[in-house]
Amino acid sequence: MPRPLSVPLRRACARLASLLFIAATVQAAPPRVEDTIAQRVQACTGCHGKEGRAASDGYYPRIAGKPAGYLHHQLRNFRDGRRGYPLMAGLLDPLSDDYLREIAEHFASLELPYPPPQPATAPAAVLARGEALVKQGDAARELPACARCHGEAMTGVAPAIPGLLGLPRDYLNAQLAAWQRGARRAQAPDCMAQVARKLQDADIVAVAQWLAAQPVPAGGKPAPRTDAPLPLDCGGASGERP
Amino acid sequence: MRRLVLGAALAAALAVAAIAWLNLRGEAPLVPDPTPRSVDAAQIERGAYLARAGHCAGCHTERGGAAYAGGRGITTPFGIVYASNLTPDDATGLGRWTAAEFRRALQHGRSRDGRLLYPAFPYTSTTRVSDTDADAILAFLRSLPPVVQPNRAHALRFPYDSQAALAVWRALYFRPGRFEPDAAQPAAWNRGAYLVEGLGHCGACHAARNAFGASDEGLGGGLIPVQNWYAPALDDAQEAGVADWPAADIVALLKTGRAPRASTLGPMAEVVLGSTRHLSEADLQAVALYLQRLPPSPSRRAAATAKSTPRGAKLYETHCAACHGERGEGAPGIYPALAGQRAVTLDPAANLVRVVLEGGFAPATAEHPRPYGMPPFATLLDDRDVAAVLDHVRASWGNAGSAVSPLDVLRWRASR
Repeated sequence: MPRPLSVPLRRACARLASLLFIAATVQAAPPRVEDTIAQRVQACTGCHGKEGRAASDGYYPRIAGKPAGYLHHQLRNFRDGRRGYPLMAGLLDPLSDDYLREIAEHFASLELPYPPPQPATAPAAVLARGEALVKQGDAARELPACARCHGEAMTGVAPAIPGLLGLPRDYLNAQLAAWQRGARRAQAPDCMAQVARKLQDADIVAVAQWLAAQPVPAGGKPAPRTDAPLPLDCGGASGERP
Repeated sequence: MRRLVLGAALAAALAVAAIAWLNLRGEAPLVPDPTPRSVDAAQIERGAYLARAGHCAGCHTERGGAAYAGGRGITTPFGIVYASNLTPDDATGLGRWTAAEFRRALQHGRSRDGRLLYPAFPYTSTTRVSDTDADAILAFLRSLPPVVQPNRAHALRFPYDSQAALAVWRALYFRPGRFEPDAAQPAAWNRGAYLVEGLGHCGACHAARNAFGASDEGLGGGLIPVQNWYAPALDDAQEAGVADWPAADIVALLKTGRAPRASTLGPMAEVVLGSTRHLSEADLQAVALYLQRLPPSPSRRAAATAKSTPRGAKLYETHCAACHGERGEGAPGIYPALAGQRAVTLDPAANLVRVVLEGGFAPATAEHPRPYGMPPFATLLDDRDVAAVLDHVRASWGNAGSAVSPLDVLRWRASR
């Protein structure tokens, strides 16, 4: 027959048990959830990186600091089928325009440092072709320079024209090719589709190579809104709700 | 020999006659519109309400397209059925349809030109809709701006693309008939039955479909073909039965997408946004009463074969615990609890796989306009990881679900 425990030992056991009980209670305390928009949009930062600073996989683009009107348009474009990416469409389907605008404004307001650019992998001639298209366009083909709309510094123009720097090369290639083939669209009139349809595949490679290799100027903020007319009529450029 | 041929021919003729009769029975002869087309504002408003109760726009509106102008493809195991243009355009929509023709489509599944319609259009349920309601819905549709959008031809495989096959299907599985109230039940129950079994066509998802795409009777749950979301049984306390729920919770779920013990995601979130949140309090109460009183079915719960492994526990700790809690307790009103959550142990585990892979937001409703979201893990976790973490969730904290295999995950991963 086992001997009964001594009184001090019994007390020690009781104390240990109560400690374990407290530990278990502490462990079972529900997670504290911040009532912030950042907490609400963790569904976005899973792929787009912490605070939307871009994912390490070299594809999912940075969304932090992009113009709010641009982000809002893209969220609606995914939801309404002008851009095709099932994961995005599925996530956005149950959300309202107002909430999408709040999400867009949240990411637009984030100012984060940019990583160094990707070293180019193309020969100098290709890079020169890319630079020429970005800065001068090609008058013979009625191709406006990228910088005409996307800002002299190519960091975008408020409220709805995105910057072209600080984006992964793969992403730029994929987007330009999608515009060219009609798989990515914008609000009508779709000026970017008109531009992209005039691009040859080699143009796209050259532009993406050059853009991805450029450092982002300090801050990388979009230029302020301007009244200067755009070279093309763009339904997506106003940032207003159509 | 001659007698045999004659007999076979006679049998075939009889079968054709029977199928034809089964396809036409109960149809009233078409009559011209009795009066000039109604512009009765109250009738149009009622029609708009009923069209929402029936969630017509859910299928008859393309992603980003004009409301009710059709074009959305409904993927079925037999091919794609494209929803038609319901706007009042004369050439491509319902512009020339009479009230009698519209009733016949809703109640008998036949188009204006007499062709049989595919049961992706849930006329097996809407056959119960009253003439008055059908007329109101048409009055509403006629009030919409006409959109010129020709209907797309369905992309169905042989033999499903033939009217003859459809006639046989209808002879086997379609019983036309208006809703008959049950005098022994209160008016609210009858209203609920009309909405659930008729106009709302809940059984289109919440009942299993057989190999020919025909839905079972009742609301015993079913995997939505091709979409691969599981619409849980509404008559089973282990699944989504609400017999023991307060009516207020059922109303809240349908009105706001969220209730103390459940929240909606995927196709049901779509239904809340497009349909049930617009229903009146009285109609929601009626639906709640009808659902509470569904005859309970014996549980079909599969054996608790899921086992937690160190790998699954570790994955849970890394990816899930920050929001859903160390012990699956969740954060009330924000992140659903997983412990004791029946949605987590449903069999098949399709919904759980979809949610882990694709993430999601609860629907943004007036009451919960800024939902918290869950990130997609499709790019982070492979099929074995997903199976392991789900087995952990389905076997922990009192949960006792069936095991999820990597093959299940693979199958449901490919479903979009």
